Amino acid sequence: MNTANQYLKAIYLIQQQDNNPAATGRVADMLDVSPASANEMIGKLEDRGLAEHEKYKGVSLTDDGIVRARDALQTYCIIERFLVNVLDVENFREEARELESVIDGTVAERLDTIIDRKPECPDCFDPELDACACLDVELEAEQPAD
Amino acid sequence: MSLGQQVGSDRQLARLLQIGIVLEEVVEARASRHYQSLAEEDRTLDAEIEALLEGAAEESADHRKRLEALIEGLTVDSIPFDEIETLVEARYGQTKPEDFDGVLYDQLCNEETAYKFYDDLIEAIEASDAEFTVDRQRLLEVLRGLREEERDGVEEVTQIMEERE
Repeated sequence: MNTANQYLKAIYLIQQQDNNPAATGRVADMLDVSPASANEMIGKLEDRGLAEHEKYKGVSLTDDGIVRARDALQTYCIIERFLVNVLDVENFREEARELESVIDGTVAERLDTIIDRKPECPDCFDPELDACACLDVELEAEQPAD
Repeated sequence: MSLGQQVGSDRQLARLLQIGIVLEEVVEARASRHYQSLAEEDRTLDAEIEALLEGAAEESADHRKRLEALIEGLTVDSIPFDEIETLVEARYGQTKPEDFDGVLYDQLCNEETAYKFYDDLIEAIEASDAEFTVDRQRLLEVLRGLREEERDGVEEVTQIMEERE
């Protein structure tokens, strides 16, 4: 998943959680990048017609941006489900975050053929838990790293 | 969340190589299943596709062994290969392509996906300064070799498809 898709996914999840445009600071926190880096990428997403930024309010995804964000979220769900259901990985959230930048949507589609993903995906994704809610594991919300 | 394509540790590298093994298992299982379906029906009608699928299954088995050899050189816990093989075979036990076009298209997707995977992995390793317990040069040589063979596979299937149009 490329960097732009990771931003789109983060903005989408924050918008869902807050029911409002995503504050740039929140996006930067979620991606563990500086606010300056977040601003720069948000500008690029605006140029590509994927997001709209309104001063003092935050960033919202356009319809095209939402489609891309949901695809990215689906890829992330596939990686998580694959790690849990096929490879039996305990720290799957941590590993999924490490792997998402290297696993492309095309590759995820192939992995998807062996994981029994639910039809409601990617709406199954719980941003509080940072995990697919349909997974057959017990989870608690993770604490911030610092 | 990790931004940018990078591989930073033995564990992450092993996991990615393991994903490569699963992709190869999927290719092998699908090719074998398609090959068997040809055997039952009209294998004699299409020796070219039969040879293609047989070759694809053999190549995937060989790729898997090369990936396993790389993982053995890394400092990670052992990985249950047998379980993965059983699971993938079980998933594909029931699948059957509808016709020769379906077989070829599926095979093209397999080869393209594997190529994309190795290409992204090589890029992510090249972008990283991390030191792995396996020799970096050997790691990249093996992965570039696999990528090359997948590219040849894409070309081979594309050529057969074009000839049949």
